[in-house]
Amino acid sequence: MDGKGADIKEFLEFVYSFYKSMNEHKVQLVYEGEITHQITKAFTSLTETNMQLDEESHSAQKKVFHVMVECLQNLGKHADSMDSSESVKDGRGVFILCKNDEEYSITTGNVLIKSKVPIIMEVLEKVNDLDKDGLKQLYKHQIKEGRLSNKGGAGLGFIDIAKKTGNKLHYNFITIDDEFSFFILTSTITRNNI
Amino acid sequence: MEVIKIVGTDDTPSVTMDVANEIFEISGRSLPEDVASFYEPILDWLERYSEEASGKTVFNFKLVYFNTASSKMLLDILLKLEEMYESGKEVLVRWHFPEDDEDMEEAGEEYADIVEVPFEQISYPMD
Repeated sequence: MDGKGADIKEFLEFVYSFYKSMNEHKVQLVYEGEITHQITKAFTSLTETNMQLDEESHSAQKKVFHVMVECLQNLGKHADSMDSSESVKDGRGVFILCKNDEEYSITTGNVLIKSKVPIIMEVLEKVNDLDKDGLKQLYKHQIKEGRLSNKGGAGLGFIDIAKKTGNKLHYNFITIDDEFSFFILTSTITRNNI
Repeated sequence: MEVIKIVGTDDTPSVTMDVANEIFEISGRSLPEDVASFYEPILDWLERYSEEASGKTVFNFKLVYFNTASSKMLLDILLKLEEMYESGKEVLVRWHFPEDDEDMEEAGEEYADIVEVPFEQISYPMD
């Protein structure tokens, strides 16, 4: 077998192991790339259709839709790029939707300039420390005091996800190099909760 | 004043601002690609309307979904209505929510807490 044949064989094996991993983690949807408004609309509409077919509760459907929109918009607005060339745009990342018997999980992963890590970590820690009432107060404070950023964010995304799901946010920052980290955020929506 | 009539899509709400027929309503879904450019014309319109409003303004929100970026713009609309109310105009906000949607009900309660304006919560049955 020549070199190219070996590459292809390895690739085909990768496809099979990728397929198996997706099944193991009950991945419903996975994407890597630029997150545009069109992508957000397409993914949420596809997921809505699937949830309707599954006869998922209205409450879970709404929460999944909500969290997907906030997560995808976060990626689209805040993901940084390690490549400074014009051809590589910001706003790229990984999006994964999983579903098991108990819950949906929505995960995003994106490159982030390291200096932003402490700011985001502080918000996430604060949000995870609060109970339902605390989140409500923080939401009201932020919506009053916060200004819409030039990217169109209201600084409410994490607070809102925690408030709507009633679950803690899971996150990690993995160092890529001196300049960049990889930020992973997972939100879970409990099924049949109402 | 000119009438604003925007037909909703799957990511932008229906909007009607019609003084002659006394209809002030935002309904449907709100997650526009650019929230500011969607809502600014409505806020500008309200600004001009607030100066000349003579009768009672009953403003209906009947949203089924809005993202956090939209929530900020909705507050700006409510703050404009609060301003009108504080300057002596008759204003009533009616917040409609699907009867099984606690989150939308709660969103209404939160807005009612933030703005000082007569505020009614109204649930409606889902089809």
